[in-house]
Amino acid sequence: MTMPTAVALEDAKVAFRLGDGRVYTAVEKAHLTVAQGEFVAIVGPTGCGKSTLLNVAAGLLRPAAGSVKVFDRPLAELNRDAGYLFQADALFPWKTALDNVAIGLEVRGTPRAEALPRAQKWLTSVGLGAFANRYPHMLSGGQRKRVALAQVLIRDPKILLMDEPFGPLDAQTRQVMGNLLLDLWNADRKAVLFVTHDLEEAIALADRVVIMSAGPSSRIIGDWSVMLPRPRDIFEVRLDREFHSLHREIWSVLKDEVMKGYAQSTQAAEVV
Amino acid sequence: MTRVTLLSLQVLVAVVCLVLWQLLSTVPVFGKVLLPPFFFSNPVDVFSQIVKWFSSGVIWKHLWITLVESILAFVIGSLGGVLIGFWFARQPLVAAVFDPYVKMVNALPRVVLAPIFALWLGLGIWSKVALGVTLVFFIVFFNVYQGVKEVSRTILDNGRMLGMSERQLMQHVYWPSALSWMFSSLHTSVGFAVVGAVVGEYLGSAAGLGYLIQQAEGVFDVAGVFAGMFVLSAFVILIDFGVTLVERRLLVWRPTAPDGRG
Repeated sequence: MTMPTAVALEDAKVAFRLGDGRVYTAVEKAHLTVAQGEFVAIVGPTGCGKSTLLNVAAGLLRPAAGSVKVFDRPLAELNRDAGYLFQADALFPWKTALDNVAIGLEVRGTPRAEALPRAQKWLTSVGLGAFANRYPHMLSGGQRKRVALAQVLIRDPKILLMDEPFGPLDAQTRQVMGNLLLDLWNADRKAVLFVTHDLEEAIALADRVVIMSAGPSSRIIGDWSVMLPRPRDIFEVRLDREFHSLHREIWSVLKDEVMKGYAQSTQAAEVV
Repeated sequence: MTRVTLLSLQVLVAVVCLVLWQLLSTVPVFGKVLLPPFFFSNPVDVFSQIVKWFSSGVIWKHLWITLVESILAFVIGSLGGVLIGFWFARQPLVAAVFDPYVKMVNALPRVVLAPIFALWLGLGIWSKVALGVTLVFFIVFFNVYQGVKEVSRTILDNGRMLGMSERQLMQHVYWPSALSWMFSSLHTSVGFAVVGAVVGEYLGSAAGLGYLIQQAEGVFDVAGVFAGMFVLSAFVILIDFGVTLVERRLLVWRPTAPDGRG
């Protein structure tokens, strides 16, 4: 049985015009599909354009060539089926945690009286039931990510786009957040496109791990299925033998790209 | 340092200054009074002048006039600043066209406008309000403009991805951001509203604290000038205190209560 495709990037190319008129190609001919209910992680060295690819899937960025399809329809504007979890803090600092979560419904026209209890329920399910009246600056980094997760999920998007969402957190908090994400995802199995630079995180979370080469003009150079059983526990799964062999296998490819990416970034710094 | 020690040290500074002032203006040193009373008056006279103003009730009318002028200048200037600031920030073309003129008007020392306003609006409160407005407007305008321009890219994208329309972005993102910038300059703009009112009164009026000071100066009543200055600074401190209360209420979501005053 094949699941319908949620997101399909077909030979997508992303290019930017630089200040001096030259064109910088970030991503070249990216071909990537995410099936409904599938959790796909994109891993690549810094600056390989993985976030760029996510923005294309979100409709925040137009590809210079190729196409984006969402549920087999070409994406013309913003991806209305997608929820986006940003790397940087994206909560509205002037709204309380509760209002930040409720806004996703209010924007849609849900009356506030109805939106607030549902937001409270979501806050509780990300473990922040008692923090409803806190403003973002009164919360820790991990708590803010939880609010952001609730803010996105309350709208029940069919597709979840995540741009290194746990990047700024410390190692332990990341694992806790990873487990929370898996628990929530298990409930209704949305299509997920998860960008990270952390290979372990990618394998532990995803059904498929996609590797990108170092930029510029980066490409997708590998695609592995992760056969680890679900439901998973991120703490446990890292001890699994299959996890280790897969990690070794993917890392052997990724390592070269990471070194290349590092060399390029230092060279670029010298030119500048 | 405990609060009590700090407070007593602060009081001590005032006491030392007043005592020195009183001594130097009354007791001759080597046969010469260092602060001639004609030019410097002395704390006792100044204080009795203040008491006289309050006990006779003369001062209330002047305080009231200055307060009304300041509030009107603040409200009108802020309103104009918010609206125009918003408009310019959302319409880059308009902002680009008007940019040199905005800079030009803002570069003008506002005091020179006072005679014009007195001619146009008479010697009543409105010429003072107008002067205050020209001061307040630009502070609020620049802050709101900046606030709308510098909304974080991520927060905007987040708003869009959450399905906000342009109008909803306005309401939930641009507007709160602009207001927070405006409120962070609240101390400055309220202060300037008072400056506009008092300077306007000083240059020509029939009531207000500026008028009181100007009258005293006209008859070489130095005690009156100093008394006016003390009442004025107490007045401004009270207003500033009120602003702090308002600010605490409105900017609870801010990481640290801003203490900036330009």
